[in-house]
Amino acid sequence: MKRELRVDPTACSGHGLCAELLPELVTLDEWGYPIVARGPVPRSLDRHVRRAVTDCPALALKLLPTS
Amino acid sequence: MTYGTTVPYPSPFPGPQDSRPAGLGPARTGTEPPGADLPRLLPVHGAVPVDLRTHLSRYAAPPYFGHPGKLIPVLKAAGLTGRGGAAFPVHRKLQAVAEARTRPVVIGNGAEGEPASDKDKSLLWISPHLVLDGLQLAAEAVGSEAVALYVHRNARLQERLRAAVAERAAAGVDLAPVEIIDAPPRFLAGEESALASRISGQPAMPRFKPPRVFERGVVGRPTLVHNVETLAHMALIARYGPAWFRAAGTPEEPGSMLCTLHQADGRRDVVETELGTPLRDLLRLEGTQAVLSGGYHGAWVPAADAARMTLSNEDLKTAGAFVGAGVLVALPAGRCGIAETARVARYLALESAGQCGPCFNGLPRIAAALDEVASPRPDPRAVTDMIRWAGLVEGRGACHHPDGTTRFVRSALHVFREEIRNHSDGRCVDPAREPFLPLPADTALDATDWS
Repeated sequence: MKRELRVDPTACSGHGLCAELLPELVTLDEWGYPIVARGPVPRSLDRHVRRAVTDCPALALKLLPTS
Repeated sequence: MTYGTTVPYPSPFPGPQDSRPAGLGPARTGTEPPGADLPRLLPVHGAVPVDLRTHLSRYAAPPYFGHPGKLIPVLKAAGLTGRGGAAFPVHRKLQAVAEARTRPVVIGNGAEGEPASDKDKSLLWISPHLVLDGLQLAAEAVGSEAVALYVHRNARLQERLRAAVAERAAAGVDLAPVEIIDAPPRFLAGEESALASRISGQPAMPRFKPPRVFERGVVGRPTLVHNVETLAHMALIARYGPAWFRAAGTPEEPGSMLCTLHQADGRRDVVETELGTPLRDLLRLEGTQAVLSGGYHGAWVPAADAARMTLSNEDLKTAGAFVGAGVLVALPAGRCGIAETARVARYLALESAGQCGPCFNGLPRIAAALDEVASPRPDPRAVTDMIRWAGLVEGRGACHHPDGTTRFVRSALHVFREEIRNHSDGRCVDPAREPFLPLPADTALDATDWS
């Protein structure tokens, strides 16, 4: 199943850790909130993606089936 | 053709219980179809609430199907779409909830948070039993016995609805008991996940999806949410069938809908009209510079374009607008569209639930920049800032509040671009700036108003 990275914006408090761990897919906006690349996560990044998801201090970063 | 039904809600309505004017022939009885003539939902000249006795003599009891699921293909054939704004096919929501493994909850959504809309209040006040019939039929269709009506905080309306529900219980009309639940007076209170949250005992704030409300809503159960007008249409389609419903409207967008019309002279009416009605038949466009369609999450359309359009998503989408919940506002010439939009944008920024960083940060900045553009000789950076912030908030909220707000603001920047040039030269078409677009009298709400 193809999966994509999503942010639960109600949970995110803008720690910015995801952008540090996964600069390939996450940048921060001018207020410090993550902008996540849409679409299926490339296989090559699987390990980094999982790390970013589990390490998010607000548990706001999610790996969900592509919509 | 349209039939205006002026609804002076919530003033007291004198007169006899049956509002049927002389010359219209006898009241309809039994299941005899009333034909395609409008109005279907609001009685002619009908500011008089329809009581249960009158309702039953006109329409007979709701035609229960005796089994879940049977109403769904009928609604599919009718092509009924949600009348709360999103125009989602009604049968698909029912199907999704009916297929759930746990017992669903069914909610009639009468939380009309849009300050420019009166149609749900009017419908609930005048024809509560059509809505309550639809609620029962929807509950039967998905096999639910947990049913509630979610309506905004208005003591008189809620009291009347409680009386209507009690009357039906005494007469044995309903399959499931109906609870009336109070919606907080917020713009977003009727957003489905906010509604589910409120009815589950939490503040009425939107939450992140997935799971969608039809998968996991009120207390974690699959939840069917339909706008009260949608339910009223359902009640009639169940009685008279898809062909009757399609006798009004267009093949692509069938049926009728309630609209709240704001004329350029300040008149405000609720009417029922067919989809596909020319906008110039609904609004007097002489002396109008632009039309707002779809309410405060909708878009401005220049009056000259609106004059060529009908009330349909097919036409309105060409201007980036949509039918939505039927709010149409004619902005008179000689008013400042930028100042009007700025005032509403400020309100929308305050109505952010403040949960999502981009919305919480972006909306007040967008509103402030629009205020700047509304002022004499604005900072030229204001428009470019605004467009950048709009891009930063779109698609990044748990609900569509940021997207709806930027749609409204972006359309103003486009439609009122000449007025923006006026402001750059230090001029304004309307220096007096008396407010035109309606806002709640008291927008200084505190945190407790979410529940």
